[in-house]
Amino acid sequence: MAAVTQVAELGSYVEAFRELEQRTIRQPDWLRSMRRDAFARFCDAGFPTTKDEDWRFTNVAAIARGSFAAAAAGNSRLTMEELQPFRIPGAACRLVFVNGHFEPELSDKASCPPAVEAGSLAGALARNPETLNPHLGRYLNTQRDSFCCLNTAFLEDGAYVRIAKGTVVEAPLHLLFVFIGAGEPLMAHPRNLLIAEPDTQVDIVEEHVSLAEGIFFSNVVTELVAQENAVLSHHMIERENREAFHVSTLRIQAARNANVRSHSVLTGGALVRNNIHPVLSGEGAECLINGLFIGDGHQHMDNYMLLEHASPHCSSRQFYNGILDGEAHGVFHGRIIVHKDAQKTDAKQTNRNLLLSDSAQIDTKPQLEIYADDVKCTHGATIGQIDEEALFYLRTRGLKEGSARQLLLFAFAGECLERIAPGAARTYIERIIHQSLPSRVRPFSGGGLEMDRHWEEVG
Amino acid sequence: MLEIRNLHASINHQEILKGIDLTVGVGEIHAIMGPNGSGKSTLAQVLARRETYEVTQGEVQFNGKDLLAMKAEEAACEGLFMAFQYPIEVAGISNAYFLRAALNAQRKYRGEEELDAIDFLPVLREKMRLLGMEERFQSRSVNEGFSGGEKKRNEIVQMAVLEPKLAILDETDSGLDIDALKVVAAGVNAMRSPDRAIVLVTHYQRLLDYIVPDFVHVLANGRMIRSGGPELALELENKGYGWIEPVTTGAL
Ligand SMILES: Nc1ncnc2c1ncn2[C@@H]1O[C@H](COP(=O)(O)OP(=O)(O)OP(=O)(O)O)[C@@H](O)[C@H]1O
Ligand SMILES: [Mg+2]
Repeated sequence: MAAVTQVAELGSYVEAFRELEQRTIRQPDWLRSMRRDAFARFCDAGFPTTKDEDWRFTNVAAIARGSFAAAAAGNSRLTMEELQPFRIPGAACRLVFVNGHFEPELSDKASCPPAVEAGSLAGALARNPETLNPHLGRYLNTQRDSFCCLNTAFLEDGAYVRIAKGTVVEAPLHLLFVFIGAGEPLMAHPRNLLIAEPDTQVDIVEEHVSLAEGIFFSNVVTELVAQENAVLSHHMIERENREAFHVSTLRIQAARNANVRSHSVLTGGALVRNNIHPVLSGEGAECLINGLFIGDGHQHMDNYMLLEHASPHCSSRQFYNGILDGEAHGVFHGRIIVHKDAQKTDAKQTNRNLLLSDSAQIDTKPQLEIYADDVKCTHGATIGQIDEEALFYLRTRGLKEGSARQLLLFAFAGECLERIAPGAARTYIERIIHQSLPSRVRPFSGGGLEMDRHWEEVG
Repeated sequence: MLEIRNLHASINHQEILKGIDLTVGVGEIHAIMGPNGSGKSTLAQVLARRETYEVTQGEVQFNGKDLLAMKAEEAACEGLFMAFQYPIEVAGISNAYFLRAALNAQRKYRGEEELDAIDFLPVLREKMRLLGMEERFQSRSVNEGFSGGEKKRNEIVQMAVLEPKLAILDETDSGLDIDALKVVAAGVNAMRSPDRAIVLVTHYQRLLDYIVPDFVHVLANGRMIRSGGPELALELENKGYGWIEPVTTGAL
């Protein structure tokens, strides 16, 4: 592995990788070579720079420069009380991962139906690796993205969920990733594999939180497999501390007539990149990608969506709403690829942004690549400020400026909330949104006009 | 109730109101008429405390308090209501939620107890029924996608729920067909009371057939150029504004 040793700044990863290789020496060859290949590719490619088109607006130098120790397993000092605020009432289970490692003591699977297998990936790999072989790493594209390579290289633990054919799970499954500090900057590369077998229905909440100050680099990959006619909602909540680096990739594989809804709510972190990559691979598959990001201070929140229509008669809807205050920087990069055979595709993309301060910034880049001829694709993006007319209107009816402002923000965020089906997960998310909306009243010099952005169209 | 003295207001350094005097007593109904662009809406918006208009001179007393020192929400809580000539669409907030939040903000200001949804909804339904608005409007976003007439009726529903001391209705009759006009007029008349005052801004005598004012004023080029009784409106209807306009020019 000559390439490995040549790259000085990847030194700490090389050490951690060697350690992992030692630790996992008994694991099957396919898994070990998958890790090795991914690590080699990561070492070749290194971290992306802003010269890379997919990373134009997001500079990950702070991650590349950083040195992160791999967090060790089994030293959790968390108590159940500390996790109390992160409880979804009525959830079918809560799997807790501390610094990337599954914590059975803190997890609760008591009300998990028998047709649902929910536990740690490490456990599943130890018990029965061959059942994972057909899926694990089979969907993720490690050619495009170094972070996905890095995650695969360090693939060790995360959530493994499998819903048996024909099962309808009424209550949400909660996957809770908790960061607790260790003094030095830590990294974790949780890897989740979620499989919804044919004719199933399930809601999954994947939440990332910090219970400590300190620098943490989470690099998460979730492979979500929706088999034929599965109806599946994935809710991603990112609310780590303001020093956290968070990169996650949700790779969705939607088979024939599957219906997948991905909801993401970003409110935390210093630098967040949320990749969503659905592939509608079976005829009649449908997906909704619904994103909300709320940032202030110096937060950087990058929403990267790559949606592939690979089969005929599929439809997709993507909505991203951003609320940015302070000096926050938001990015929306929405790319739709309609492959040659994906006739009768119906795709619609909308990105709406509210800038609450003069120094908040948004870069929005919709991209359409259409290789089929009978398709219906639309996209649009707006950037605006709080509607001063509406604000005045509400105030003339007696609402204080602060409450009127918050009401308008909540209405804006509410567009995303409305797209989540009513239930325990939505109620939980609604509370989180409420807590993170800015309520300050502050003079703002910007005009009140909503303006259209110009577009780049490809294909 | 309302005393306006020598009110001057401008926007972008352009003077729109050029010295308005107007006294509205409790229990009275006043109509303000005048050509397009004469400053009627500007007056209404200044009174509703829109900050984009700069008041350069004059004073306004509202129930003995300095209205010009109030913010929009304070004026509202003190009992001033302005029905917008062009009501604003507010996406994502339901009519019922908005109106209850507004009513409760006002009740809180007055030291009264807030109403929960169970107590509030019957009140809202009753007012909506009075204005001929179907129940489904309560869960629709405020004014969003409403027709012109529906928006105007919604303004009157808001007024009826908030029960202001002084209501300024800016062209609430414009664009209404005769049936809708009758409904709106009935809604306004139901609000008539010895301890409430109403100011109607209108272009049309038609409205004044249904809501008979005590006084009629003519606003032209930022000044009140004529005041009289209901007969003034009829005269305007027959002769237009032309016959009084020389007075304006003379006063310049
Ligand atoms: N925001 C603004 N910027 C510049 N000029 C304005 C603004 N708002 C109003 N004006 C001007 O002020 C004047 C008075 O407008 P206003 O809306 O008060 O008239 P109005 O009497 O209500 O007319 P209408 O009968 O058409 O409703 C007009 O000449 C208008 O162009
Ligand atoms: Mg007007």
